[in-house]
Amino acid sequence: MAREIGESGEAKSTKVKKHKRRKSKKESKTRIVHANILYDHTKGSDNPNRHYANNKIKTTKYTLLSFLPKNLFEQFHRFANVYFVFIALLNFVPVVNAFQPELAIAPVVFILSVTAIKDLWEDYRRHRSDKEINHMDCLVYSRAKHKSQMVIFLCLLQDCEFDPLKYNSVIECEKPNNDLNRFRGYIIHCSGRRDGLYKDNLLLRGCTIRNTEEAVGIIIYAGHETKAMLNNNGPRYKRSKLERQMNVDVFWCVIILLVMCLFSAIGHGLWMFQYGDKRPVFDVLSPEGTDLSPVVSAIYLFLTMIIVFQVLIPISLFVSIEIVKICQVYFIHQDAELYDEETDSHLQCRALNITEDLGQMQYIFSDKTGTLTENKMVFRRCTVAGVEYSHDANARRLAMYQEVDSEEEDCTSHGGTLPRRDSVASHQSGKVVLRTHSTKSHRRTGSRAEAKRASILSKHTAFSSPMEKDITPDPQLMDKVNECSSQMEFMRFHSQSIRQIPPDLCDVFDFFIALTICNTVVVSSPNQPRQKVRRYELKSPVKTIEDFIKRFTPSRLTSGSNSSSSSSLATNRSSHRVGSSMLSSPSAESTLTKLNEEKPPDHDLQHAFRPVPPNYDKTKALAKDECELRYEAESPDEAALVYAARAYKCALVGRLPDQVTVELPHLGRLSFELLHTLGFDSTRKRMSVVVKHPLTEQITVYTKGADSVIMDLIRPVTDDVKGKRQRKFLFKTQNYLNLYAADGLRTLCIAKKVVSKEEYASWLQHHLEAETAIQKREELLFESALRLETNLHLLGATGIEDRLQDGVPETIASLRKAGLQIWVLTGDKQETAINIAYACKLLDPEEEIITLNADSQEACAVLLENSLHYIQTKFLCNPPPDPQAARHYSSFHFSSPVCSPDSSAHTSPFLVHQLGLVIDGRTLAYALDKSLEDKFLAVARSCRSVLCCRSTPLQKSMVVKLVRNKLKVMTLAIGDGANDVSMIQVADVGVGISGQEGMQAVMASDFALPRFRYLQKLLLVHGHWCYSRLANMILYFFYKNAMFVALIFWYQFYCGFSGSAMVDQWYLIFFNLMFSAFPQLITGTLDKDVSADTLQELPQLYMNGQNSEEYKPYMFWMNMIDACYQSLICFFIPYFAYVDSDVDLFTWGTPITTLALFTILLHLGIETKTWTWMNWVSIGFSISLFFTVALCYNASCPTCFSPSNTYWTMQRLLGDPMFYLLCVVTPIAALLPRYFYRACQGSLFPNPVQVGRQLDRLPADMRRLFLSQSRMKLGSLCSLFTPRALFIPLCRPFQKDYRPRMKQAHVSGTTQKEKAIASPIPPKSVEMWDTPLSSKTSGNHVILDLKTQDKAETCRPGSDSPLSGNLDCAMEASYTKDPPASRTLMYQFTFTD
Amino acid sequence: MKKEESSERPDNTAFTQQRLPAWQPILSAGIVIPGFLIIGLAFIGIGIALFLTSQTIQVLERDYTGYEQDSPCFSCTSSSTKNCTCEITFSLDKPFTGPVFFYYGLTNYFQSFRKYGVSKDDNQLSGDTTYFKSPQDQCFPYQYDSNKKPIVPCGALPNSMFNDTFELFHVVNKTKKRVPLDGKGISWWTDYNIKYRNPSPVNGSLANAFEGTVKPINWPKPAYELDPTDPNNNGFMNQDFLVWMRRAALPQFRKLYRRITEGDYAAGLPAGDYSVTIHYNYPVLNFDGRKKVVFSNVSWMGGKNEFLGIAYLVVGSLCLVMSVVMLVVYAKFKFKEDS
Repeated sequence: MAREIGESGEAKSTKVKKHKRRKSKKESKTRIVHANILYDHTKGSDNPNRHYANNKIKTTKYTLLSFLPKNLFEQFHRFANVYFVFIALLNFVPVVNAFQPELAIAPVVFILSVTAIKDLWEDYRRHRSDKEINHMDCLVYSRAKHKSQMVIFLCLLQDCEFDPLKYNSVIECEKPNNDLNRFRGYIIHCSGRRDGLYKDNLLLRGCTIRNTEEAVGIIIYAGHETKAMLNNNGPRYKRSKLERQMNVDVFWCVIILLVMCLFSAIGHGLWMFQYGDKRPVFDVLSPEGTDLSPVVSAIYLFLTMIIVFQVLIPISLFVSIEIVKICQVYFIHQDAELYDEETDSHLQCRALNITEDLGQMQYIFSDKTGTLTENKMVFRRCTVAGVEYSHDANARRLAMYQEVDSEEEDCTSHGGTLPRRDSVASHQSGKVVLRTHSTKSHRRTGSRAEAKRASILSKHTAFSSPMEKDITPDPQLMDKVNECSSQMEFMRFHSQSIRQIPPDLCDVFDFFIALTICNTVVVSSPNQPRQKVRRYELKSPVKTIEDFIKRFTPSRLTSGSNSSSSSSLATNRSSHRVGSSMLSSPSAESTLTKLNEEKPPDHDLQHAFRPVPPNYDKTKALAKDECELRYEAESPDEAALVYAARAYKCALVGRLPDQVTVELPHLGRLSFELLHTLGFDSTRKRMSVVVKHPLTEQITVYTKGADSVIMDLIRPVTDDVKGKRQRKFLFKTQNYLNLYAADGLRTLCIAKKVVSKEEYASWLQHHLEAETAIQKREELLFESALRLETNLHLLGATGIEDRLQDGVPETIASLRKAGLQIWVLTGDKQETAINIAYACKLLDPEEEIITLNADSQEACAVLLENSLHYIQTKFLCNPPPDPQAARHYSSFHFSSPVCSPDSSAHTSPFLVHQLGLVIDGRTLAYALDKSLEDKFLAVARSCRSVLCCRSTPLQKSMVVKLVRNKLKVMTLAIGDGANDVSMIQVADVGVGISGQEGMQAVMASDFALPRFRYLQKLLLVHGHWCYSRLANMILYFFYKNAMFVALIFWYQFYCGFSGSAMVDQWYLIFFNLMFSAFPQLITGTLDKDVSADTLQELPQLYMNGQNSEEYKPYMFWMNMIDACYQSLICFFIPYFAYVDSDVDLFTWGTPITTLALFTILLHLGIETKTWTWMNWVSIGFSISLFFTVALCYNASCPTCFSPSNTYWTMQRLLGDPMFYLLCVVTPIAALLPRYFYRACQGSLFPNPVQVGRQLDRLPADMRRLFLSQSRMKLGSLCSLFTPRALFIPLCRPFQKDYRPRMKQAHVSGTTQKEKAIASPIPPKSVEMWDTPLSSKTSGNHVILDLKTQDKAETCRPGSDSPLSGNLDCAMEASYTKDPPASRTLMYQFTFTD
Repeated sequence: MKKEESSERPDNTAFTQQRLPAWQPILSAGIVIPGFLIIGLAFIGIGIALFLTSQTIQVLERDYTGYEQDSPCFSCTSSSTKNCTCEITFSLDKPFTGPVFFYYGLTNYFQSFRKYGVSKDDNQLSGDTTYFKSPQDQCFPYQYDSNKKPIVPCGALPNSMFNDTFELFHVVNKTKKRVPLDGKGISWWTDYNIKYRNPSPVNGSLANAFEGTVKPINWPKPAYELDPTDPNNNGFMNQDFLVWMRRAALPQFRKLYRRITEGDYAAGLPAGDYSVTIHYNYPVLNFDGRKKVVFSNVSWMGGKNEFLGIAYLVVGSLCLVMSVVMLVVYAKFKFKEDS
């Protein structure tokens, strides 16, 4: 079975063979898969799998042959292209043609080919990646070599006994579908037996197999039928807000075009009409030779004009935008500051066409775990049997990491390890050696650099940074563990029942056993093949042989290696179910038989009587051993708990499908026979293992799960003494749990239950039925699990810390300063979420928090109503009758740092108060109901921060959708896990964190970031740049085309509206495409209105994009008016210079073209904020290109280029002083107003962005000084640069829109606050009722009833009541948990002033 | 491992990190006001120079359409009269310095009309005899005559060639003294030497080369007989024809007719009385057009053109005004801020 495979990626798995076959379409519900091995010799038609897709994947769109037609077909889906082709074809109609027909198709061909080349290149890249994938090596059980890659295959038991060459069962399963979380099927053996197959049996394409040496499987779906491919919908095309806005203006351009054409047509008709029957000599008959009536010629002319004015619809705009966006994506991708060393990844732009949306975000919806936090779970503290172990040393250790993190930049190599080692060594456990060791090897563990190194080391071991691994045990608890295990040892030696141990000690023991085994963690070693790690006896033979001799009974050492041979000891029968089944859970028969086997208690004489606790002399070996072990966990919480248990010497040393081996301080290695594992799922929120306890021989269920769930499943307490104690214990534990949550820890409850054999047998029977069911399997399994997980005995609870990622508070603070509303949507419990929210500065201790917890629709409605009322009475003295009326109030919070309240008022009509809103999942479900959503939004939008706890993925996406659709704002969703996918997809911009949680979020996202803090630069800098660049470019485009076309329009008055153009057709057609294209592309790509530093230091500048200040509808029209003015100047200065002279058409028209080019380029120059050498070169290039082309073209052919021929015109012009005189005066006259406006506005009334730009010019130290000046507000900043604030309406935070009182309340906020503190307001507490309005399950809901007596005071008109702005109302919610059934929720509302 | 890492790391160049050294012009008052001032002063200077130059140019225009009843050419306006001749007179108080250019001017005449402008055959005009037999379609309806004979030169543009002719007399003591007019070199050099070519003469005769073609409908004579006085000024290489073929840009235009560069008048026209004898052929009244004769001399910047000087003056003054406005506003604010 030696298989060597250079496998597809990391998966060290062998693949068998793929085969597939499709039954006739009628039986389309399932597919049946045979092993290809059976059909090796049968060619073609005999192979039942022949109908199934083969494994070759092809993601390319085109083949060499189909490229042209297919690509053209696709391009013509874009309306603009069809339009341009229509115009080009129109030119072939002789009656209406305006240009040389061949020339007229040039731009269209050019545009189409640019796009085609781009598509071709993309397709080629896909082709190459396909080729790479299609040529990956794999091992196939067949005589014929296949080139195919691992797709989806069945995960069989990792067992050597199974010989794939003899496999001849048939698999019946679902048709290919894209549901990643579901798979159902049967394996039908020759015997006719059927075994169920579920998603656990499936390996998806692209997945990585951890700690598995080899996997043998059968391919079910291949190639394009794999779930991964079916989920891959290709790149997503979103249309950005700016583009939507632009399309409106393109539409306006069309209207303008039609109006111009109509005007010309009517003009032409009238012109014709005025001559009547007297045909002038210069009028020409129509081709038909008939005398056209004015009306008919007007109609013909209309079409001609469409051709002549086609430039108004910017044909190159779309292509230019695409080019600019690609460049922008390139620059974002290249940004070194968005590169994460630790993971060696940078930001990925997965959506290429919404970069500018990044600059316009208004709401951010963030996941918490893994997004704001590291998703590195560290065991922090625990409570066992009602006693809290605070793990202070552990806390200090964690604090140390934090410090080192921050210190690292300053001192790179200080002896910074010493104090830590001291603190670690302060308690004398055997761990010291280990600690020292690890401190040495991981100096500055937890720091970035270290983490990076560690992550490289442990590329295949997730969740095992040193910080997560090295847990400092609590000495008290350590003592208890030691005491407990030595007692057990003793009792076992004396054949006493283990039950005689005091129950609290027993709980401690069980607690750690549960931590160790109630998980799916697998053990491996980094140095040696995983296979051998499982068989640890082989790895450290001395030790085990020693044990062997010591203990005389090798039975305890049951292990994989023993179990694989059928001749193992009789006591070891439990592990005999080797390869007997394809199922991960034992078959009913074998399990039931095993239940009857009794294992005689084992004794270990020497061990038990050892005077000194063994861990002292064993430390070294143990430490070494432990160091070599690696735990591979599905979730970071599990790993954290296992590492925690290991710190208490309760180490998980091996896991096999049917057995878990634990190393204990006195007892040595204990093997727990694993009878069943009920995996974790998000509905149950818990997991359980059923084991046979090796000491008590009882069947024990260990359950671990969210406290809310476990607490409900605890065995009801009896009334006796024991019960009393139990109640006290539960009460205490609940209190500790609340405490943990308040500390921002993730809490888990650990419980156990002992079941009798009979109970278990009957349960198992049912459970197996459920497992094999194909219909309703999930529901049945859920019920089955529920039957087992009841009447639990609570052991204790743990608090796990999930550290915030670096820079999260700072990022949130600056994003918030940038005017972004940040909502956190998390699945965590409320208290944990709130505390994380405080930690990351999402919530401010200064501000009030409104907590919404309701148990019914009605309650929720009342709560929302009251909250709304409360907000209104508190913040708006005269609450507006309807939300619309509030529109003219500007944002309370926003406006303080913004310079332009008017604009912010535009987008955020609601006041945003110093309020936080916390809502839990259940309440959210009610609040998202159609009837309540408006109210919910009204409450939520007026809060500064919103926290949704316990929310499901669906709710997350519903919230995003609601906000996005109802508030019409730009939303960004950021998350890292599969549960964030729907939210990411719904938002305008989805951002995935490429963290440890797999790639699902990344796959769904538009941008993938390595860390949350990069969001700051991505939005504030790149978003801002992309937006302002693109917005300015689009506006410039419209201006440019309009200005150029208007020149020709004015000429119509002087050519009888005949569609004649004084600009030669070549210039007309290539003007946009060549002569004026490059500078704007350079500016659109490289222009920086404000430097990156300033943008990050002044997040307020981001509001520029939020309020769409660079591209407002009026700006389009202003540009149009400016274009109109400029074209008038450019037309009429040459007109008056040449009127009544002997100038000919093109000698007059060419200067106009040149002037227009100069004007347009200079215009761009005014709009360009930063001039790099590339700008200069591009402008120089444009001008020289124009002259070169003009000179060559004018010298090339005296007779060609009908209908116009400009032979030798340019050459003559260059010798004419008039030409130069015109070229000087006209552009300056044309640009004078714009330049004057810019100059006045920029120096007298600068907007924030311009202030930022002025700031850029200052020397670095000066700038820092400015910025550091006591939380500099832009308002005051403006005044630094401007003569007087009074004349700078934009700089004043409050405008006429504000009522004076509001203004006062805000502006003098700080002073009032002091007053408020000084003036004694009697503390009021508002009672909360817990009235059962509905008879739902635990029927508690809350009516938030604020009897605000202050209402009157607050609303006293004109009063400068201290209450108006700064009433500090802390609403705290605290749980008091009574025994499950009658759980009540108590709210305390205290007004603390 | 290390190498893999560095391959992912973005290049730290000024370009990729968008740190290219850049000039950031900021439109602050300190730059803008002097800028406006300098531009304004420069423009005013240029404007004055242009205006003065323009003032030195003499122009004399006489309308001879005959629209008014008392106009000397009124009698010629009725379409019935053929070979009508009329005379207009003018007197110069001071000498008209030479070289004097003699133009004819047309008003309300749309040579820029699109279909009119394209109505010619460039290949024919470059002497390609294959196009003599079958002129291009764009010449329609002046492509073939009613007998299906090809018209050369075809098209509306040649067909409508201006065919009034002028003679200038200096009236000295009631006797008319003919002023010699120079018709050479009035068209573009490239037109005469490169763009327009006559077909190679057949049997030494240009007329034979036009064999099988007919003259344009409106022409009294075929192309090869345009200038009976000068055999080299015939066919397509007739100066007047070339001048006509260069389309005017605007409906009000003048075209060079002759230059006065010879004999006693090389230095210009002395003061005195003059008369222009007009052979009135070209109808313009049906489209409300006007005809005129123009005498003008030129400067380095071309013909008389006061507009450009004025434009410079206006733009220059605007710049000055703007700079003053900004200065005032700025000073006012500055002042307030200081107090």
